[in-house]
Parts: sequence; structure tokens; C-alpha cells
Amino acid sequence: MMFAAAAAAILVALALAITRAIKGPTVFDRVLAGNSVGTLAIMLLAVVGFLTERPEFLDIGLTYGLLNLIGTLSVLKFFRHGDLAYDVDSEPKS
Amino acid sequence: MRYVSLAGLLFAFWLALSGHYTPMLVTAGVVCAVACVFAAIRMRVADPEGHPIELFRGAITYFPWLFWEIAKSGWSVTRVILHPSLPISPTMTVVRASQKTAAGMATYANSITLTPGTMTVGVSGDEFTIHALVRDGAIDLEGGGMDRRVSQFEGAA
Amino acid sequence: MRLAVEIASWGFMLLGSFFTLVGAFGLVRMPEVFTRMHAASVTDTLGVGFLIFGMCLQAGFGLVSLKLLFLLALFFFTAPVVTHALAQACLHEGIKPQLAEDRRGMTGARPTDPDDGRQPS
Repeated sequence: MMFAAAAAAILVALALAITRAIKGPTVFDRVLAGNSVGTLAIMLLAVVGFLTERPEFLDIGLTYGLLNLIGTLSVLKFFRHGDLAYDVDSEPKS
Repeated sequence: MRYVSLAGLLFAFWLALSGHYTPMLVTAGVVCAVACVFAAIRMRVADPEGHPIELFRGAITYFPWLFWEIAKSGWSVTRVILHPSLPISPTMTVVRASQKTAAGMATYANSITLTPGTMTVGVSGDEFTIHALVRDGAIDLEGGGMDRRVSQFEGAA
Repeated sequence: MRLAVEIASWGFMLLGSFFTLVGAFGLVRMPEVFTRMHAASVTDTLGVGFLIFGMCLQAGFGLVSLKLLFLLALFFFTAPVVTHALAQACLHEGIKPQLAEDRRGMTGARPTDPDDGRQPS
């Protein structure tokens, strides 16, 4: 019962985060919202794991947490340098 | 010493995540832990910055204190968010970090960012550029209470 | 005893849900990207923390609780890294935060350009 309540709250929060991802206005708002969606998805995984009494879901949550970090950082790096394998020396001074 | 503790921690992590204790899997865990330590040495991350065993003793009291700080400032940010008139006063300021090691400074910067309402947006030398949601948060940080607590945590080793 | 644990974990789960919702609500309500990050960090710390403590109480002492605590540690170590990277990327891109007060030159410390993460040349 309490897990169902928590899952409902997380789903509402997910909807709000997706609203922000759609509204933007800058790409960084979308990245921030995407990161929040990732965090909430992990919590949803954990809560649903308890709801269905299958705690193995936590392993997936841990993996997804690592992927979420790397995904967000690589998106940020891409938007900053336009390239994931940028060369420090060739970058113009700003 | 550092390498042994790193290997031990990695093996404990393996055991905790695996949950199966057959001889084959435990041996595989030992091999993986040792291989990871060799990879870390080759990548030069098994140094006082990558695996700060000196900080473990201070961490026992530091993390409960940090949780309490997060709870307090999280509650004040919650009040700001739910307040009908949204009374934000975003402020940027510069604070000085008195920590000596890179791990200590990273702990301070991450603690500032982790506490809702304040975040570190830039580091140059020993100065952190801080963005705070409300003016009081910036003034609290300039007072240096958290800086002293992190220095104490760093010096507890 | 059983009842006390049940009530405490209900309390923690409800608090966690509340802070998760507040953070997401702030994400929608705040006016610009820097202030939104503060709202998102409420979800990342308090929401996640209380939910995980609540689940730990339900799971009891064992591997499941340990994994939940790993998850919490993962959040506590990665959330500031992401926030910091995001803030630096915003500044680098030239998005200026709307400030009520800029105290950067007033604290006796030298106002310097924040290091944007590039190697010094």
C-alpha cells in the first residue's frame, strides 16, 4: 500500500519533470529535466521492485544510475564542445 | 596499504552485489578485484585523491552532520518553492576554501552543491563561485561554518 | 515493535514522496535554469534519501538494504557532479543567471572568472 502511494507520487513527479523537458526553453533545462527523469525512474524501479516483491530490480536501478550519470555528462560535453572526442589544443579561446 | 584496502573494498562490493557464494564466483570476485586495482594503478587513480583512506575515520561523523544540514536547508528550499509568492533572491558570491588537499576541497565543493539552495558553479584556485537560491544561503556560506567543519573532517585523519 | 517499524517506514515513504513532488513542482515553477537546479536537488537528496530509508526499514537488515544504501551513496556522489557540470556548461554557453544580488566583488576575495574545466594553456 505504501509502495503504491510512493509509486503514484513518483509518477506525478515524472509527469512534472517531463513537462519541463518539453517546455525547455534552453537545452540545459531539458538536460536537467532528463537527469531528473532518470533519478525518478531509478526510484520508481526500486519502489516497483518492492511492490512486486522482486528486489532484483535494485540491481537494474544501480546500473541505470551509472548510465544516467554518464549519459548526462556526455550530452553536456557534446553540447559544449560539439564533439565527444574534442582536442584541447585546437579549441579556440573564448 | 592503499592498494590492499582498495582491493578489499572492491571484493566486499562484489560480495554484496552478487549474493551467490559458490567457490567459482568468489574466486572470480577476487580475480576481478585484483585486476581492478591493477587497472587503477595503471590509470593513476589509486592515489590519495582517488581512494582517500585517510578520510574514512572522519567520514563516520561527517556524513550524519551533512545529512542534518541537507535536511535543514532542504526544508527551507521546500518552503520557498511552496510559498505562493515564490520569494527567491538568487545571489552569487565567492567563498574561500581552507582545505589543503584536493580530496578535502572536492568534499567541500560537493557538500555545497549537495545542500539544496546552494551550488558551486566554478572553482579557481582556492576560491569557489557560489550560486545561492536565497540571499541568506550565500551569507551563511560566507560565514564559513561548513568550511570549518570540512577542514575538521579533513584534519581528523 | 513490528508496528513501530511499519509506522516509521510509512512516515519516511510519505516524506520522501512529498519532497520528490516538491522538487518536481519547483522544477516546473522556477523562472530560470539556475534556480531550477536548486529545486531538482531537493528531489535528488531529500526525496531519494527518505524513500530509500523507508524502503530499508521495510527490507530489514540484509543484502537488499545494503544495495539500497549503495544506491543512496551513488546518488550522493553523482548528483553534485551533474549539477556542477550543468551549471558550468550554462555559464560557458553564456547564459547569465538572473541575480537579486551579486556579492562576488564584496567579500574581499578577488572576483575571478570561474574555471571552466579546460586545461590551462
